[in-house]
Amino acid sequence: MNKVVKSIKEAITLCGLKDGMRISFHHHLRNGDHVINMVMEEIANMGYRDLTVNASSVFDIHAPLITHIKNNVVTGLEVNYMGAAVGREVSSGIMQKPVDFRSHGGRPSDIENGKTPIDIAFIAAPSSDNMGNCSGKYGKSACGSLGYAFVDAMNAKKVVVITDNLVEYPLYDFSIQETYVDYVVCVDKIGDPTGIVSGTTKITRDPVGLMMASYATKVIQSSGLLKDGFSFQTGAGGASLAVAKYLKDIMLKENIKGSFGMGGITSYLVDMLEAGCFETLMDVQCFDLRAVQSIRDNPRHREVTASHYASPSAKSAIVDNLDVVILGATQIDTDFNVNVHTDSNGFIMGGSGGHSDTAAGAKLTMIVAPLTRARLSIVVDKVLCVSTPGNTVDVLVTQRGIAVNPRRGDLKERLLASGLPVVDIHDLKRIADGITGVPKEVKLGSKTVANVIYRDGTVIDKIKNTL
Amino acid sequence: MRRSMLFMPGNNSGMLLNADALGADSVILDLEDAVSPQEKDSARILVRNALKYLGYKGCEVIIRINSIDTDFWKKDLDEIIPMKPDMIMPPKVSSGMDIKVIENYMGEVERRHGIEKKISLIPLIETALGVENAFEIASSSKRIKAIFLGGEDLTADLRCKRTKQGDEIFYSRGRMVMAARAAGIDVYDTPFTDVEDEEGLRLDAEFAKGLGFTGKACISPRHVQSVNEVFSPTLEEIEYATEVMEIIQVAKEQGKGAISLRGKMIDAPIVERARQTLEAAKALGGAF
Repeated sequence: MNKVVKSIKEAITLCGLKDGMRISFHHHLRNGDHVINMVMEEIANMGYRDLTVNASSVFDIHAPLITHIKNNVVTGLEVNYMGAAVGREVSSGIMQKPVDFRSHGGRPSDIENGKTPIDIAFIAAPSSDNMGNCSGKYGKSACGSLGYAFVDAMNAKKVVVITDNLVEYPLYDFSIQETYVDYVVCVDKIGDPTGIVSGTTKITRDPVGLMMASYATKVIQSSGLLKDGFSFQTGAGGASLAVAKYLKDIMLKENIKGSFGMGGITSYLVDMLEAGCFETLMDVQCFDLRAVQSIRDNPRHREVTASHYASPSAKSAIVDNLDVVILGATQIDTDFNVNVHTDSNGFIMGGSGGHSDTAAGAKLTMIVAPLTRARLSIVVDKVLCVSTPGNTVDVLVTQRGIAVNPRRGDLKERLLASGLPVVDIHDLKRIADGITGVPKEVKLGSKTVANVIYRDGTVIDKIKNTL
Repeated sequence: MRRSMLFMPGNNSGMLLNADALGADSVILDLEDAVSPQEKDSARILVRNALKYLGYKGCEVIIRINSIDTDFWKKDLDEIIPMKPDMIMPPKVSSGMDIKVIENYMGEVERRHGIEKKISLIPLIETALGVENAFEIASSSKRIKAIFLGGEDLTADLRCKRTKQGDEIFYSRGRMVMAARAAGIDVYDTPFTDVEDEEGLRLDAEFAKGLGFTGKACISPRHVQSVNEVFSPTLEEIEYATEVMEIIQVAKEQGKGAISLRGKMIDAPIVERARQTLEAAKALGGAF
């Protein structure tokens, strides 16, 4: 038996694709991914229409989707994150049906529960054998973890693995196993390595970013959570990386043995693992080459599935055991609701990803953001889109002070006792408005272009079209 | 209390926006070396507007104007003085006469705008002549609240290499501290210029503190925290100073002329230092 077929077209035909079906993709190749574009181009050429694309994320490289949407090849879009290139078009109202945004935990939950059944999953795999045992750890397009793809493989009616590194059977260190896979296609190139992972992720040199990182680190220290057994997640932004570095220094100095680092793994979390700050890294996605190397070579660096990471319907998930998560925001309102879906003009340029999942799970959810960005305050009276509800957000750290959610009076007391500059969030808004002036209200249209589906299944916000 | 003075280029709006949020006790908004001659006018307007609209509530604001041998310094003062900054820093000051020239024009601008408060001065001394005239400069005007040593220009004037070790400015540092203290004012050390070398910065700052400097200028926000830490009294120093003041009180009550603490005689200079330490600790209010 051999599952290898000669082309994507043949795989599509063999899978029995029909108009109106739901097909899925993962985003581990990020802005270097060629697979969505290759598959969609083939599907369009074959004359299919009215498909729903369920992708864990779409990036700017996926701008050809816009044409497929305009030609009615794609009429449904379900994502956890959407880059600005596609987002801008969606915001302008090119789709008849609103986009459904889920979180990284909500997506696998809805696939497993049958709310969004996948007809065909196309799984980009940096290495695969002829039976579909596949991995992201090896090959010229290596991306490390394949965490987001497991749910697709395990639940889709048909599964196609697309690789550019076909290896001898069996690929012993597989992530996704052959039992789920129907067909394997070998192509020249599944992606551009420079867009898949960055060579290095670097700490910011921006003094404001470093200032915020220093405050964020002190907040963690003062919270009482930084002790043996500590668990932590942070992103790949420059200021987040600085927090990881500062935390590492403190943990080593004070001999604190943490439990696990979660992510979105970067070289800085790998450094913390190797220095003994954590027992293990739980990796749903690698952000840089060091992380890819580490997940390949270090048994304490574990690949985890998106469900294990954050599914709200799993019997338990890692986010529920997180002590501290550091997150960003494009806007935060005085009720601590956070927007990571749209920019200040209302255009889609992001998505929750794991934002709302980790915020709900972590004991301390911290938003780190500069008080003003591009002449606008990030603190507003009401966010243009609620991505993460304010009752799951504990602290906002800016360069001009730290605002604590009134629900966390205990934390406020601790921060004040540590001499940190705690400021009421309304005062932060006043300070920002004093610098930037009060911007005119953004006028949006009446058409819903996207639903923001919270991890519990409720639609917490509807994104309207831009004018 | 002024421990750190952070240089910020006057032509960078992004940096001016956050200048007071970086932890420095003072920021020096620079119209001189950081700004090319073609940009002098735009930087002057930008700094004026920053003072007017941003307020800088978080820290003291010092403006470094251009030196009096240029065509720019009067225009700098014309624009800046109406905004009432805390201090003006004239560069390349070499004599008391330089100060008189600047002071006279400042007075003229202040009168023109009906500003009653005399704006203070912190002369930047960075020439061989300036160092030799340090006391004359320091005592030349009541506006002068501190003097500041500029090591880079000075070593060019001395025709020697500027090193991390700083042996070449050792005499100048000592001379500056002596002059400032004799005139009863504060004195600030030249910045440490290797942004990446945290350890070198700390050693350089500790050395300057040991010589008697009040604080140190920084060219990078990344240096501010270390400089603040070095020039703040330590908890041990505060504890010791508190004990000194307590035992002196006891000595007074018991009518003793001399008293010892931890096996050492407590005399007037020790009491004075203890008083200064506690004063600094009080001024910082725990923010160190």
